[in-house]
Amino acid sequence: MGLLYGLLAVGLALIFGLMDVTNFAHGEFLMLAMYLTFFLFMFWAVDPLLSIPLVAAGMFVFGAVIYLVIIRFAMRAKANIGMVQIFATFGLAILMRGLAQFFFTPDYRSIPASLLGGKTISIFGVFLPVPQLVGALISIAAFGALYFFMKKTDFGRALEATREDAGAVALVGIDKNKVFALGWGLGSALIGLAGGVMAIFFYIYPDVGASFALIAYVTVALGGFGSVFGAFAGGIIVGLVEATTAMILPPSLKSVGIYAVYLLVVFVRPRGLFGSI
Amino acid sequence: MDSFTQRRRRDLILAAVLAAIAACVPFFVKDVYVQNIMVLTLMYAALSQAWNILGGYCGQISLGHALYFGLGAYTTALLFTKFGVLPWFGMLGGGIISALIALALGYPTFRLRGHYFVIATIVIAEIGFLLFHNWDYAGAALGIDIPVRGDSWAKFQFTRSKLPFYYFALVFCCVAWFITWWLEDSKWGFWWRAVKDNPDAAESLGVVVFNSKMGAAAVSAFLTAIGGAFYAQFVSYIDPESVMTFQFSLLMALPAVLGGIGTLWGPVLGAVILIPMTELTRSFIGGSGRGVDLILYGTVIVVISLARPDGLLGLFSRRPASKGVPQ
Repeated sequence: MGLLYGLLAVGLALIFGLMDVTNFAHGEFLMLAMYLTFFLFMFWAVDPLLSIPLVAAGMFVFGAVIYLVIIRFAMRAKANIGMVQIFATFGLAILMRGLAQFFFTPDYRSIPASLLGGKTISIFGVFLPVPQLVGALISIAAFGALYFFMKKTDFGRALEATREDAGAVALVGIDKNKVFALGWGLGSALIGLAGGVMAIFFYIYPDVGASFALIAYVTVALGGFGSVFGAFAGGIIVGLVEATTAMILPPSLKSVGIYAVYLLVVFVRPRGLFGSI
Repeated sequence: MDSFTQRRRRDLILAAVLAAIAACVPFFVKDVYVQNIMVLTLMYAALSQAWNILGGYCGQISLGHALYFGLGAYTTALLFTKFGVLPWFGMLGGGIISALIALALGYPTFRLRGHYFVIATIVIAEIGFLLFHNWDYAGAALGIDIPVRGDSWAKFQFTRSKLPFYYFALVFCCVAWFITWWLEDSKWGFWWRAVKDNPDAAESLGVVVFNSKMGAAAVSAFLTAIGGAFYAQFVSYIDPESVMTFQFSLLMALPAVLGGIGTLWGPVLGAVILIPMTELTRSFIGGSGRGVDLILYGTVIVVISLARPDGLLGLFSRRPASKGVPQ
């Protein structure tokens, strides 16, 4: 679970750190990715495992479009820029939830059977559910790929540079909008990956994103904004803390542990664990 | 300075005129449903005004004000149902508790900046929500049903008519407005704007940044809790879902943002537009359960926040129009 939170958070961290935008529609992006996986399965019987790349690609396009249609303008605001972003993305979240209710109805859905669903595997006597295990593997692979991508490719460097100083980057001929749109696409594609995996073992309904969104913000902030590695580490910590709290406190209070750890960390270190900004 | 003084006097006169008009409205509007919306509009205008003190003037964007609202509502309801304490004292008690908690929370959180602060406020409110959700004495998830014990101002319960609630909400709204008006021109008001614009510069000029944030938080939390206490009596049933969720924190901030944050009239204008819109879309097209109301509501928020980043009040700006370059 922690690795999945990490994956979920890395997508958000990319967007957060990239241009200091709080995407309050993050949970709804996840919801969309889960529905995409669901419908691919229902209509074309594509197994969730196979549809993950498709969903990621779809989410890439979606994220880039959202950037071009909404976020680009939100970032152009001259006054109250933080508030404009918060409320533009919050409005988007409500809109997406409404659309999901309209088109998909508020019913709970789940993917009945898949290659992995409901199977467990025993490693050294410890039983692990296969979907979660595959999710964890995908998370590690995606994180590795992203890390490589950010450090080694031209685009990754452009992204880093644009994050550092958008004005200076424009001087050397990099189109800020293009880089940011790609960044949003990439971040959304990562959410797509997470959504594709999570669709296997969670119910899918229009409000599903809301329950994960706050945990994602906490994860990112725990790791420190602007640090992709931090987000991943934060995810692992959040997963562990959640599991530990669930053992001590009643299940309905399990998130309290996560929140408490977050508060403790930022009070001691206001920049998050690996934050550099 | 002269024009500033003039503007302040004009604001005060305008507020008095608007309040007088608002006081007369119930003589012409008898429909209970419409009156209900008017009460909620006034309540949100006041709540948003309270949020605006911390979020708008002082620049500390809190998305956890549902905590203070819930504390006000719960203090009043618990004191009334368990000990028979009149809601008026509960209201005051809730306000004081909230202000104290805001100060206690401000101590660590005001060291945080930007997203870290925003997320900390959300997280703290969420912890409060979860605790109340599991607190059996306070009814846990079921909440508290406030029994009817009469129909009087003393007990702050009115079963026959919504009008007393309307007038209380109007007074509450006026008080919140007046406090903002008064603070705007006080030492605090100038400190807050300095802290919002550039905390480091303010600090170097001798503004005690930390204390001024604490002051704003206490006033803001106190007023928010009064709103919560009022709401508890108005709907006579509260549960964590209805008074402490994140959606609620946003609903308090939204009117100020739509109207224009850090302005005297922004929250009022925002609430007058937003609340009737929310209620009407919910009751006329939301009933289908298909989320059309959410679609409309979300679209409006996106469009307004993109089209008017400084709030709708910018439309009535006294500055020459040529200054505002259309985007």
